[in-house]
Amino acid sequence: MTAASKQAAGAAKVIPIESAPSWHGPTPGLADRIADAVGGALAGQLGATATRVFGKGWEAKAANGLGFLRRRITGDYEVDDFGFDEELTEEVFLSLLRPMAEKYFRIDVRGIENIPAEGGVLIVANHSGTVPLDALMTQVAIHDHHPHRRHLRMLAADLVFVLPVVGEVARKAGHTLACNEDAQALLERGEVVGVWPEGFKGIGKPFAERYKLQRFGRGGFVASALRAGVPIVPCSIVGAEETYPMIGNFKTLARLLGLPYVPITPTFPWLGPLGAVPLPTKWTIQFGEPIPTDSYAPEAADDPMLVFNLTDQVRETIQHTLYKLLVQRRSVFF
Amino acid sequence: MGKVVLVTGVARHLGARFAAEIAGQPGVDRVVAVDVQPPAAELPPGVHFGLVDLRRPAIARVIAEHDIDTVVHLNVSATGHGGRAAVKETNVIGTMQLLGACQKAPGLRRLVVKSTTAVYGSAPRDPAVFGERMQPKDLPAGGFAKDAAEVEGYVRGFARRRPDVAVSVLRFANIVGPTGDTPLSAYFALPLLPTVLGYDPRLQFVHEDDAVEVLRLAALDPRPGTTNIGTFNVAGDGVLLLSQCARRLGRPTVPLLRPALGLVAGLVRQTRLADMSQEQIQLLTHGRVVATGQLRETFGYTPRYTTPEAFADFAAAQPAGLLPPERLTAVTDRLAALLGEPRPTHTEEPGPR
Repeated sequence: MTAASKQAAGAAKVIPIESAPSWHGPTPGLADRIADAVGGALAGQLGATATRVFGKGWEAKAANGLGFLRRRITGDYEVDDFGFDEELTEEVFLSLLRPMAEKYFRIDVRGIENIPAEGGVLIVANHSGTVPLDALMTQVAIHDHHPHRRHLRMLAADLVFVLPVVGEVARKAGHTLACNEDAQALLERGEVVGVWPEGFKGIGKPFAERYKLQRFGRGGFVASALRAGVPIVPCSIVGAEETYPMIGNFKTLARLLGLPYVPITPTFPWLGPLGAVPLPTKWTIQFGEPIPTDSYAPEAADDPMLVFNLTDQVRETIQHTLYKLLVQRRSVFF
Repeated sequence: MGKVVLVTGVARHLGARFAAEIAGQPGVDRVVAVDVQPPAAELPPGVHFGLVDLRRPAIARVIAEHDIDTVVHLNVSATGHGGRAAVKETNVIGTMQLLGACQKAPGLRRLVVKSTTAVYGSAPRDPAVFGERMQPKDLPAGGFAKDAAEVEGYVRGFARRRPDVAVSVLRFANIVGPTGDTPLSAYFALPLLPTVLGYDPRLQFVHEDDAVEVLRLAALDPRPGTTNIGTFNVAGDGVLLLSQCARRLGRPTVPLLRPALGLVAGLVRQTRLADMSQEQIQLLTHGRVVATGQLRETFGYTPRYTTPEAFADFAAAQPAGLLPPERLTAVTDRLAALLGEPRPTHTEEPGPR
């Protein structure tokens, strides 16, 4: 037995198993006593200290927090058919991502008025940066800048839903599998649906090919928009390409792990976990003019020629906007 | 002349309830109820019970003798008398025998078959919401889901051979009620709920009152403007996550790695606490949600209980868990009261930032 395991065994004895149930089932007496003790402390010295530390109005914030906590621990909240937990997304996920969007990448959001106030709309964007930060930042940008605080429902690769934890969080944040059925169901429910049609080809492309749009899949997203009769909003994201400049790819390791790629960047894996920190680039997210599809009959979705033409139109729009934004950009970081 | 209805699987709770319900309907002359064992509770006087093993050809005699015109086949279930092999045999061979007998019954007008949404499987690579016409990427590999898929296959074959018979297949989500005897209700009765680490599946429930009502509407003539022929998903509106179910029940969850959960499931099975089959673990990993638009628009029925309401009715009949929600809210409410703020209510939404 090693010293560490001895220590672990010793530590385990300190908290006997029999005492565990008190964790799970506090008797009313115990719960009352805890509440009384905390309340008494808050009314006395602790309350005054709290006002000094957190400033005036901390009670209201604490009460809000308690309300949130109360709903969470009793399961008193709603999720939609896709598993989207609006409250958790607003209070937790977006709060965690917001500093990154505002302080770290200092995202300049343009053309938010191109996203309608209500009804279904399909956002089509370029994908880049090794890690799908661009998708998460677009979600924050739309929620925080849109006057109606709309939520972006992304269509994600199936890999996301196979992975534990990642899949769970993705569903709760409102995302679903990139397939025609789900896309159409969400659009018909009047949601803002986001799609990154380049997929792994776009996000995992080498740094040398930055801002060159890859093939746009088979145009399934255009067919979904045509069936639902919703507009398509092209979205161009500048800045995400340089967050993790991918200069190489561990192809063998990727194949072993069943991943599409394992990136090599100037900092990863050389600096270990530190290498996973994205570079603080300056971002611009530009939403373009909506491309209406309601003038076509729903059967138009089965016309491959029309679908290809519309796909090309969306792709060209995004590519041209990217070039325009790149010319305007002063520097990668400012 | 009124209808003569044959109901299979009346030894189980749902079957017994349905047999009693249909016997009281106007236009129903007689109800013949069959199963391999007598029902736990006494059936009402209008119901004739027959001890029939569906796996034997005896069922053909019952159909001919009573001149049956409506067959409601409820004997397709995940658990039952005997082990898994016997259950499978009852589900699949029993259905084949019954359909064989039905084909030879010239007076038959209507066939209703209870199926399950488990035929869609539970997989991460499938659409989030299943419609009746979607095919899952992988067909169920075994267990009850495979039985149900095979049963549906035989029923489709029967519908082709007897186009004069109105056939409806009802795919029920997990049926819950105050007195359920389904594998999932046995799972929720465990004091600690083993879950899969890193997954929070979406679950859907249908209340047994709604299940009985849908079966009643399917067994009788369709009301004007609706049709009850075809395949329909039956589930309450809305979705509950497994974590939400556990919190509403007040049962702590124990997240385990998937292989460890397999071991625990084996243990739970052997101690007969609950029947945690492989497909149930699959459901508890990836969940399953179905679209019910067809039921509401074509079939013409909107379930009275939503999924959360159906689950609440089930939870109310369960003994309190180790973490009762009322006690937890009492603590947070008391803290909120001490802060001198109005009590947060259920309906309060987070305000705009």
